[in-house]
Amino acid sequence: MEDVISAYDFSRDQYLEIFSLADEILKGRKIKMKEKIIAEAFFEPSTRTALSFSAAAQRLGMNVIGFSSQEGTSVVKGENLADTIRMMENYSDCIVIRHKFDGAAKFAAEVSSKPVINAGDGKHEHPTQTLVDLYTIFKTFNTIDGLNFGLIGDLRYARTVNSLLRGLTRFKPKSVYLISPPPLKARKEILRELNYEYVELNSPYDVLHDLDVVYVTRIQKERFPDEVEYEKVKESYTIDEKIVNSMRKGSIILHPLPRVNEIDRKIDVSPHAKYFYQASLAVPIRQALFVKILGE
Amino acid sequence: MENGLIVTKIKDGTVIDHIPAGRALAVLKILGIKGNEGNRVALVMNVDSHRIGKKDIVKIEERVINNVESELITLIAPNATINIIRNYEVAEKRKLRIPDIVVGILKCQNPLCITNNDPEGISKFSSVSKVPIVLKCDYCDTELTEDDVLRQILS
Repeated sequence: MEDVISAYDFSRDQYLEIFSLADEILKGRKIKMKEKIIAEAFFEPSTRTALSFSAAAQRLGMNVIGFSSQEGTSVVKGENLADTIRMMENYSDCIVIRHKFDGAAKFAAEVSSKPVINAGDGKHEHPTQTLVDLYTIFKTFNTIDGLNFGLIGDLRYARTVNSLLRGLTRFKPKSVYLISPPPLKARKEILRELNYEYVELNSPYDVLHDLDVVYVTRIQKERFPDEVEYEKVKESYTIDEKIVNSMRKGSIILHPLPRVNEIDRKIDVSPHAKYFYQASLAVPIRQALFVKILGE
Repeated sequence: MENGLIVTKIKDGTVIDHIPAGRALAVLKILGIKGNEGNRVALVMNVDSHRIGKKDIVKIEERVINNVESELITLIAPNATINIIRNYEVAEKRKLRIPDIVVGILKCQNPLCITNNDPEGISKFSSVSKVPIVLKCDYCDTELTEDDVLRQILS
């Protein structure tokens, strides 16, 4: 495995191999890769992704260099992305990049001879979040095939949605419902290439009782072209007790986090709420990913 | 010539036929022909065509268009034929096909695409549909339709 730019970069077998390795790591398998250096180039804010990549690297005994905002780097002096990446590839064995521009990770991968991992590029993709999402689902149901999915929220600007939809092409979901206010519908470019059936809805109520996985996303305020458009849709959906009470037994709520108001905090104690468990799996799955890319 | 419009044969140069009606000016734009280059150019618009109903034709003397120009022409005139003329005879019939990949010619319409934001960024599109033409940005997945391509070329 080389670069990880898109959720398409994993085959079904590779997803399952990474899940299996993450399971072994969770059970206590120790893997050490002491000579390696990971460079984190986070041009955009991050809590979970940056910290879990750092924690995963450190658990493997690797060193981490890099930055968590472009302040303090030569980018503020006008250095372009390509030159920044050229420097980082000289100093490390693998580059983890988050950037506000769509396609920045692919561009970085073309510049770098070292593997590049996309930790989120604009509104485009976030494939390692899909690893976390699918691993959580796999651990809960012991399968991904045959499940009913409901993706709720901002399906237009959420990069995690694009990656999850693409990742699901490697499995056989029974049905996928895309539930959003009309202005936040999923991108047609992404939908056109899917190899499974999907249904677009404005409201979740007709299908809630069928769903195994309810995947909620935050409205991506920072990606809206203007504030007026954001104001029209903000707080247009909330996962509350009424929704949770309609969910079938054993079904789960996931969220890539951070959340704002789209999940009522009362839901956090519900047995359906798995989003903090999901976040906890980010470290072992990213450890497994590093091992797959860099070798033991 | 159809409809009694008479355009004489050219001795050496290029004849582009079966251009969709009204797009001959866009073809000239692709070829960078402004009229002051000195070449004799014949432009025929909106003549009847058995194949495509109405069509435009462009004839350019003393110029053989290159493959990149040919590819670009297919994006706005997918059924065009390009004949290279030498000494009044057709010396070469260019087999035109919509390219699988278009590099560095068109601009991604997504202002937040990396190709519009790094000085080393070069646009790259893959064709995901040939009829109708749809090109997809290799970096951000934003699509360009035939109309988008035409608009870019004419702008």
